Amino acid sequence: MDRRQFLAACGIGAGGVLLPGFGRAIAAEQLVETLDVAVKKRLADAAMTAATAAGASYCDVRVGRYLRQFIQTREANVQGVTNTESSGVGVRVIAGGAWGFAATNSFSAEAVADTARLAVAIAKANAKNQTAPVQLAPTKGVGEVKWATPLRRNGMEVSLQEKVDLLMRVNGAALKAGANFVNSSLFLINEQKYFASTDGSYIDQDVHRIWSPFTVTAVDKTTGKFRSRDGLSAPMGMGYEYLDPQAKDKTLSPNGIISYGNSYDMVEDAQAAAVQAREKLTAKSVKPGRYDLVLDPNHLGLTIHESVGHPLELDRVLGYEANYAGTSFATLDKRQAHFQYGSEMVNIMADKLQPGSLGAVGFDDEGIKTKRWPLIQDGKLVDYQATRDQAHILGKTESDGCSYADSWSTVQFQRMPNVSLQPGKKPLSLNEMIAGVEDGIYILGRGSFSIDQQRYNAQFGGTLFYEIKNGKITQPLEDVAYQMRTPEFWNACSAICDERDYRLFGSFFDGKGQPSQVSAVSHGSSTTRFNGINVINTARSLG
Amino acid sequence: MSIMTEAEAKTILAKVIKLSTADECTAQLTGSIEGNIRFALNNVSTSGVVSDTDLAVTVAFGRRVGTATINEFSDAALARVVKRAEELAKLAPENPEFVPAVEATTYKPSDTFSQATAAITPDQRAEVARASIEPCRAQKLVAAGFLQDQQSFVAFANSKGAFGYQRATSMDYTCTVRTADGKGSGWVARNLQDSAAFKASSDIEIAMRKASASAEAQALEPGKYTVILEPNAASGLISFMFNYFDARQADEGRSFLSKKGGGNKLGEQVFDPRVTFMADPWDKELPVYPWDEQGRPRERMPLVENGKIANLLYSPYWAQKSGKKVTGRPGNVIMSGGTKSTADMIRETERGILVTRTWYIRMVDPQTVLLTGLTRDGTFYIENGQLKHPIKNFRFNESPVIMLNNIDELGRPVRVSEGGRMSMMIPAMRLRDFTFTSLSDAV
Repeated sequence: MDRRQFLAACGIGAGGVLLPGFGRAIAAEQLVETLDVAVKKRLADAAMTAATAAGASYCDVRVGRYLRQFIQTREANVQGVTNTESSGVGVRVIAGGAWGFAATNSFSAEAVADTARLAVAIAKANAKNQTAPVQLAPTKGVGEVKWATPLRRNGMEVSLQEKVDLLMRVNGAALKAGANFVNSSLFLINEQKYFASTDGSYIDQDVHRIWSPFTVTAVDKTTGKFRSRDGLSAPMGMGYEYLDPQAKDKTLSPNGIISYGNSYDMVEDAQAAAVQAREKLTAKSVKPGRYDLVLDPNHLGLTIHESVGHPLELDRVLGYEANYAGTSFATLDKRQAHFQYGSEMVNIMADKLQPGSLGAVGFDDEGIKTKRWPLIQDGKLVDYQATRDQAHILGKTESDGCSYADSWSTVQFQRMPNVSLQPGKKPLSLNEMIAGVEDGIYILGRGSFSIDQQRYNAQFGGTLFYEIKNGKITQPLEDVAYQMRTPEFWNACSAICDERDYRLFGSFFDGKGQPSQVSAVSHGSSTTRFNGINVINTARSLG
Repeated sequence: MSIMTEAEAKTILAKVIKLSTADECTAQLTGSIEGNIRFALNNVSTSGVVSDTDLAVTVAFGRRVGTATINEFSDAALARVVKRAEELAKLAPENPEFVPAVEATTYKPSDTFSQATAAITPDQRAEVARASIEPCRAQKLVAAGFLQDQQSFVAFANSKGAFGYQRATSMDYTCTVRTADGKGSGWVARNLQDSAAFKASSDIEIAMRKASASAEAQALEPGKYTVILEPNAASGLISFMFNYFDARQADEGRSFLSKKGGGNKLGEQVFDPRVTFMADPWDKELPVYPWDEQGRPRERMPLVENGKIANLLYSPYWAQKSGKKVTGRPGNVIMSGGTKSTADMIRETERGILVTRTWYIRMVDPQTVLLTGLTRDGTFYIENGQLKHPIKNFRFNESPVIMLNNIDELGRPVRVSEGGRMSMMIPAMRLRDFTFTSLSDAV
């Protein structure tokens, strides 16, 4: 499920009887409850005992309680408040050298043991045609441990009234500033995940995420034209404190656009959005050609995600995702040859630790302690993202801790960690960067994005576009999309603002796998310049 | 317990309705058993079975609505879930767009269940993987594929006496076959309700042929070309367009179906006169539940008829506000076509490009439904009725609205694999002036 499908699913709303495919609706007060660790351990032990007795050489168990709160509004109406819970147990085993997986929503030890036996039967059925047995990188059990997202304010404990009031203020601000329509939402996610494995780990984690998107639309009925402006927030691995705006977290561009870091002023942004959406109705249509692009972190994050994050997923590189997400141009021989992925100033780190990021956890869904490691150093490809059964392919003796499943009912597999462009080493502010551009376009926010199945050819839109002439931002532009070939694009990187400008972008619903699973991941960067990028004009006429 | 009988479901739902003290109460039971097998690099990678059953209870006090769910069905559990829904409703803000629950009605059943699909076993799934992998291995090709099968049921009832129960099955198979050197790639997809009609050993040959034939692709200049989009290639673009068939969006001026100066394009000629899209829950090839997500009875109705917009999609609230009849939201879209297969259409094409699959399609401009995406897994140049040679993949920037005004010919509609977006039957289509904007090196 991608973001669009997810939002469509949520659109069923409170008036309907069908719930989003994420589980059962519950009362708000249950969102702050947790399952007893002792109960989870008993279930996990029941599964592992049954699986081992049935012939499994390895077993891991995930007892999960996945809680989500969605509040959706438009203009003065609350369209839906949905609290959902999805709880159950997923059991993964190796038997006969093959993987097997089964899951149940029952919390009886008997049902969980049956599920474990089913997983073993599935593994044995698969083993018959298996040519290469699964090879797990060694790991030591960590015993009974805990990890939790550091929160200043648990969003699940904030009253519904406070949340609805905020969204109503957001909508009011947008309408007052000239918007015709405004949709705003608040998504809170809490994954209470218990992982146990026959390696001797019992890991209890409490993971929180928050996202507060909105879309403001301006319509000109006489011309029939409409334009939207999405919010410039980022989904974060934070609590409700993200929505308590702090002046220190704001960045002001030379033309007065406010961007946000570790906190977000949603009302202020909605007001600006209304003005900018109306401005877009009459903005100049871009002249196609080659431009120097100045990309804001809240835009560049998606480009990093698609053109660096995905191609360096080892399962894609090897061919495991060939049928759906695709493979990768960044083949293993390129790592050996120190392939020049980008210009020398491009340093990109993988990371599962960064506070506030969506990817931060203590342990992955295979019980591996998380870490930080380089993917691209001085522009050269140096590493990938691996799980336990892939590490040996890279000659590694440990997993990178990149395993994730979006539910107790889905099987864990390799997912992207946070992948972030490191800030420029020389002092450079946004104003200084723009002052150095002769003929360029400044792009903020996410827009349409599309990339081929080997991650060569990509096309990106954005939320806001501004013309840069002789070091000055002159006017807004519309109908802008840039097309790129990944290595040429990153080798055209000519300047990166320093750490003062570093901010996180987030992808809340990154789709991958079959059945498709979503994951959430952050991408940090500072504003970055790319020289001579091909820009197309996307305006069409329907006659 | 994942799949309940009608009697079992009815007993539980009746208890729930009786327990509620709200102005109205709707209860819905859903259950499913889903099995899947995934393979890559000529080996099985993952495989599993997931079962789940839920009861959702929605109650309303005036315009305040609450929903709660549970997956236990004891009397005490039913009392708990009703109480919880009622508490939530009392806390909820009034919904000014509240529409009462559906009145009691008789639903004409649709034939959505096939026994063979419901009976698929882990061994059968493993056999599908084997039948896909072995011939590839023998020819030094590499298979990566996925089979997913599902049996499910939905039962609902409300305090106005409405009741519905039905079971459904589906299966979806896709397989990508690549040459060992990674220079060629082919794909096949099969979406069925009844797995008895599925034969992996013959489907895999399609993907294998395309993989071998697509190696050593030549580059063509980007530009406007006559194309034959196979059904699965066309559906990716068309399904996007139906996101913008919402009447409210059109009336509000933010859809390609909005009219300059206000109002919508209902009744207007928007597409080539050969374009007709029907919604039909009882379609023999693609039946869907005869009610929508809110229990409203679906109807057989055209969305586009002879190129004219015949119906827009109204939410119950917007229908009432606009003085329209409230109907169930369609669950499928069936595009009319001709009788020709893709192969027939290739034979009759002087010059053009065959597109097997479209990929990573995203909205560029909702004003014109301009979409971008790429071709993949078998793109060929056609000359004088033959596949002349493979060509490198293209990125397209094209609107389905423009595309459906540039029709040369439509083939025979088939069920397409849409990853849950929407159940569709789409024909292969030969189109003029399809816009490719750049080349991709991806295979």
